[in-house]
Amino acid sequence: MLFLIIKRILLGLITLFIVSLITFVGTEILPGDACTTYLERQAFGEQLEACYRRLGLNVPAYERYVSWALNAIQGDFGYSLSGEMPIKEVLGPRIKNSLVLASAAIFIGIPIALILGIVTALWRDKLPDVAISTVTIFAMTIPEFISATLLILIIAIWLEWLPGIVIVPTDVSFLELLPNIILPVIAIAMIMTAHMARMVRSSVIQVMASEYVQMAILKGVPYWKMVFKHVLPNALLPAINVVALTIAWLLGGVVVTEVVFNYPGLGRLVIESISNRDLPTVQALAIILASIYVSINLLADLMTLMLNPRLKTLQIRK
Amino acid sequence: MKLDNIYQEEKKSNFAKVSEIIITMASRPSGFIGLSILIFHVILAFISPYIAPYDFKAINPTLMLQAPSAEYWFGTDDLGRDVFTRTILGGRTALTITFFGSLIALLWGGLLGIFCGLVGGKTDDIVMRIVDAFLSIPWILAMLLIVSLLGTSTEVLIPALGFFYGKGIVRVARAATHDVIAKDFIVSARARGHSNFSIIWNEIIPNVRDAILVEGAMRWSWMLLGFSSLSFLGFGVSPPTPDWGLMISNARGLMSFAYWSVIAPIVGLSSLIIGINLTADAFAKALGIDRSTKAPV
Repeated sequence: MLFLIIKRILLGLITLFIVSLITFVGTEILPGDACTTYLERQAFGEQLEACYRRLGLNVPAYERYVSWALNAIQGDFGYSLSGEMPIKEVLGPRIKNSLVLASAAIFIGIPIALILGIVTALWRDKLPDVAISTVTIFAMTIPEFISATLLILIIAIWLEWLPGIVIVPTDVSFLELLPNIILPVIAIAMIMTAHMARMVRSSVIQVMASEYVQMAILKGVPYWKMVFKHVLPNALLPAINVVALTIAWLLGGVVVTEVVFNYPGLGRLVIESISNRDLPTVQALAIILASIYVSINLLADLMTLMLNPRLKTLQIRK
Repeated sequence: MKLDNIYQEEKKSNFAKVSEIIITMASRPSGFIGLSILIFHVILAFISPYIAPYDFKAINPTLMLQAPSAEYWFGTDDLGRDVFTRTILGGRTALTITFFGSLIALLWGGLLGIFCGLVGGKTDDIVMRIVDAFLSIPWILAMLLIVSLLGTSTEVLIPALGFFYGKGIVRVARAATHDVIAKDFIVSARARGHSNFSIIWNEIIPNVRDAILVEGAMRWSWMLLGFSSLSFLGFGVSPPTPDWGLMISNARGLMSFAYWSVIAPIVGLSSLIIGINLTADAFAKALGIDRSTKAPV
């Protein structure tokens, strides 16, 4: 068991190492370097020299990679070209803001998704299932920027209930942020909930069709006792992994949603630093977002391992 | 000779197989709706240049932000261009780019996945580590980086999208290959001394084709979503080309008094994505593959 956990963590670290290599090599082989890309037409003489010195671009690439990686492990990602300050300081408040947004969406989304998924599975092909499933397909397939735009149009412009865009400084306090995040949270939670509800539904349906549930029905176990004791524990375990993948996939959707609502989080920083051709910040963002992805998946794997007694013994025997 | 004849008789023509699948797909209400929407959009993409009532790039300052009327069915936008014309033309670029992008994704993802599944061992381990690493970079960051450094021309977008949406197919193709690789007919093909290429072409591909095609159909809808998100963010097609994502982002700032210019492209894009999704669902069901358990990676 312990061996398995260590192996899983090691695999995650190897993945992160490859990601750092990819982003480093990727920005290295593309035409120009961080300084010429950023300065564009002013890339000559004094200014270029100064930029090279600041980023340390006048040492060989492998040496730069090693020192960059060593610093990145300690949380130091170098110097932001457009922000004119260490990337660490640019990132801090942004990460906090995005975290508020994402965790609010997750805390609202997961319980709703569970309820909807279970209801649609138990009433399969009946009216509640058909109605909810149709809505989830719509919520799931429509791009984030469309649902966000529609939310702004209907709730902020036509009904005038909530502010449509977020106009706050980056380092705003949590209480000031709260009324502004309602619409973005709804936009993100909607898609996430729809995805998860569909997965929970198919997982529950699979277990309902299994032999031990059929046996329980034949034995005369009361319906709801069977659902809660035999079906749900077995159906929700495999769902953990899929939920983790959905959350990780949403990292991309969060970027778009933040842009639509002008929300000062990591997502808008992605767009800003790419528009400003600020390659050091883009590198830092790539490695941070990838670490989030890897750790969410790692967490899900470990949770399934801990919660599933069968998996535990099975893996040890192997 | 006789055995050969029996085999020939049982084998249906490709056309018959395809039409049988399409009929199965259309027999469900959701599949029928999805197919109809998709076919409508494809036909529209082909004929829209001939039926568009106005020039999509004709700027007319005297006609700015007109409400829908008999003359301008969906009104006009902030530059006085006809929204109806731009809406029916707006899917052409997206459909073309994502269609060819999906083909590329299917080809390289499918072949690499089959190869890895067949070869196994160290090669497989290394390739899958790299694929995992690429999977953990958010698609939007990678796409934005490529597009901002290499430009937004079609020659960049198609291979870039094809590459990035193909990495998920590698995993599916590899898993499907693992399912068939232990079967007796592969073992006997090996025993007969067939080459790896011959085994892939004659034994594995016919057996994993369905799973890969369903995956490809799914990727198509996600690629369309990704592409229009890029356009929306200003990193997709460049103006004045009519594109739904770009139209929505342009009209968004003015929607408090000119909502028509944002509603029309929203309906266009949403219906196309829903159409492709329903079709992919029906396609998976017609081939007997359950896609609802899969996560969007």
